[in-house]
Order: sequence, then structure tokens, then C-alpha cells
Amino acid sequence: MATEAHAAEGATGYIIHHLTTFSVGEGFWTLHIDTLFFSVVLGGLFIWFFKTAAEKATAGVPGLVQSFAEMLIEFVDTQVKDTFHGHSKLIAPLALTIFCWIFLWNFMDLFPVDILPLIGSLMGIEYLRVVPSTDLNATFAMSISVFCLIIFYSIKIKGAWGFTKELTLQPFGVWLLPFNLLLKLVEEFAKPISLALRLFGNLYAGELIFILIALLPWYIQPFLSFPWAIFHILIITLQAFIFMVLTIVYLSMAHEDH
Amino acid sequence: MSINATLIGQMITFALLVWFTMKYIWPPLFDSLEERRKKIAEGLAAAEKGQQEMQLAEKKAKSVLKEAKEQSSEIVNMAQKRANEIVEESKENAKKESDRLILAAQSQIQQQIQQAKENLRQEVAALALKAAEQILGAEIDYAKHQDIISKVSNQLG
Repeated sequence: MATEAHAAEGATGYIIHHLTTFSVGEGFWTLHIDTLFFSVVLGGLFIWFFKTAAEKATAGVPGLVQSFAEMLIEFVDTQVKDTFHGHSKLIAPLALTIFCWIFLWNFMDLFPVDILPLIGSLMGIEYLRVVPSTDLNATFAMSISVFCLIIFYSIKIKGAWGFTKELTLQPFGVWLLPFNLLLKLVEEFAKPISLALRLFGNLYAGELIFILIALLPWYIQPFLSFPWAIFHILIITLQAFIFMVLTIVYLSMAHEDH
Repeated sequence: MSINATLIGQMITFALLVWFTMKYIWPPLFDSLEERRKKIAEGLAAAEKGQQEMQLAEKKAKSVLKEAKEQSSEIVNMAQKRANEIVEESKENAKKESDRLILAAQSQIQQQIQQAKENLRQEVAALALKAAEQILGAEIDYAKHQDIISKVSNQLG
């Protein structure tokens, strides 16, 4: 492992190196190339797999690819049907995309922490952070998109006036209007923030623990990283699932007219 | 660890992915699932229907069989009855026939007896006439003594 290479900088240096992104640009207009690259590649992987399945989809005996795709579709569809009682062409595909994409992001966490940065360094890339969900930009991009959809559907279903009324008149009635508004705004903004931070926090911590394990002597590493990786299989699926389910819940809340 | 333009890039990517999934991935896969579900449901329904039909047919066959059995036993009964009747009828006919034959024979016998008696009477009359002729020594005119002869022959009868 590359531990020796960073020995001069010490453990802190090693950790910081691993958590630094490959970026271009200055200030706000910085782009995290690694995050963008890996999420686009993983998104492409997701699209490619499902597109293959969709092109060959038959109502007859399904192939292996189609069976797997259908399993995911049914799983997502069940979640959507359990929670969301309206009729929407968007929510189920949205949920599927969220689940698969986040799962693939998180899955990058299971690669050995040094292998991809090592390959990167051979290609002349100094810093490389391979897990897009450990980048706040990625998680917030998704949760803000979901938030926009929440606002959009709230206004579309309840009307601008209905949505305003919901924001201002609940839960305490017209006399406590400012207080209601404050409460509702906090409630609404808590949705994207909690979505993004939950995913980010879990994966960031997970990645950090992998890095810490990688700092230990080689004969101890397997005994720690193996169980942690097994546990992480659960976490990455669970986090993707939670993000998806909460999205469905928030959107079905936006569809409900009080 | 700062929020920057990556956010925008990620949002665009996300929007594109969702759009693509919505347009090209979800509908065909979901439709094929639905179609298969429908097919399976139809198949199951057809199987159930077939079973029901089979049960119905079995019932029908049973009832037909029962009816046929009843009919056949009825026919056998009727045939037996008819046979009995025929036997009775023929017995009666035979009896009648025999009675008739007996009667005919009897009347024939009677007739023959009568015939014989007549013959005998005529013969006796002739004999008597001959005897009387001889006794009287004279010819008896049959036409003259018609009365006497018939009286005698009647007495003989």
C-alpha cells in the first residue's frame, strides 16, 4: 500500500491526501473533476445496464439481465406504491435513478482505498477521491434537485395560493402567521439538508474508517477492513434505500392536499 | 470541503439521468413486467376455468350416465312387461284357438253324426221300402207313397 509513500507527511498527511479532491478552477467556480467523472461514469453504467435490459425486454421468459433489472424495478415500484398514492410518471423512475446511482456511488467505497488513487497517480493525477457521495456537492446536488421537485409539485398540486396557505396557516392558525411560516420554512429546508448530510456523513465516515484501517500494520488490516467492508455492504445499500424512500415520502407529501 | 460549481454539474447530470430513465428505461421494463403479470394472470384464470369446465363436464357426464341407466332399466322393464304380455296373449290366443278347434271338431263330428244318421235313415228307408215291397208283393210308387216314406224316415231320425 501507499502508506510508505506518505510516511514523511505522517498519518494526518495520508488522510488529508485521500480526502482532497482533484479539482480545477478557483473559488465557487471550482470543479471537482473526480466527483464529476466518477458520477458520470457510474451514471453511464447504470443507464447502459438498464438500457440493455429495456431494449431486450420481453413479456416472455426474461433473460438474466432483464430479471435483475425487473427485480430492481419491482422493488422500487413496490416502495413507490406503498407510499405514494397519486399518479405520477416521474416518481418511480426518479426513485429508481436515485437508488441505483447512489448505490453505485457508495459502491466505490468498497474499492481498496489506495488502488484508484494509485492508478490516478500513475496517470499524473495527484489527488483523487473516488467516492462521489463523500463529496457534499454530489449529495447536495441530488437533494436540492429533489427539493426543487418538492416545491414544483407542491405548487402544481395545491396551487400557489394553496401552497402559501399551507406554509403560513399551519399548524397554529392565522394568528400565529409568522411563527407558522418560520416553522414551515425550517421544516421544508430541513428536508434537502438532512438528505444530503445523512448520505454524506455516513459515507464520509465510512471512507475515513477505511483510510484509518489502511494506516495500521498490514497483518492487522484484513481483520478490520474485512468486517467493515461486509458491514459497509449493508450501509451503502441502506443509505441508497433511505435516500430513495425519503424522496418518495417527501414527494407524496407534496402531492397531498390538506 | 466547499460547495462549488461541482454542485451544478452534478445537478445537470442528475437531471439528465432522471430524464433518460423516465423516457427510455422505466416504461419498456415496466410494461414488459405488467404484460407478463397479465399473461400469468390470464393463464391462471384459464387453468381455473378449464378445471371448472372439466368438473362441470364430469357432472354432466355423470348425470347423462345416470339418465341412460335409468332409461335402460326402464326399457328393460318395459320389454319384460311386453314379453309377459306377449306370453299371456299368446297363451290366450292358443287357448282360444284350441277352443275354436275343439268347437269346430265337435261341430264337424256333429255334422258327421248327422250325415251318418241321414245316410242311415235313407238306407233304412230304402230297406224298409224294399222290405215293404217284398211284403206287399207289389210295387210301391215312390211318388205315391211319398208321405208315408217321409213319415217313417222321420220317425227313424
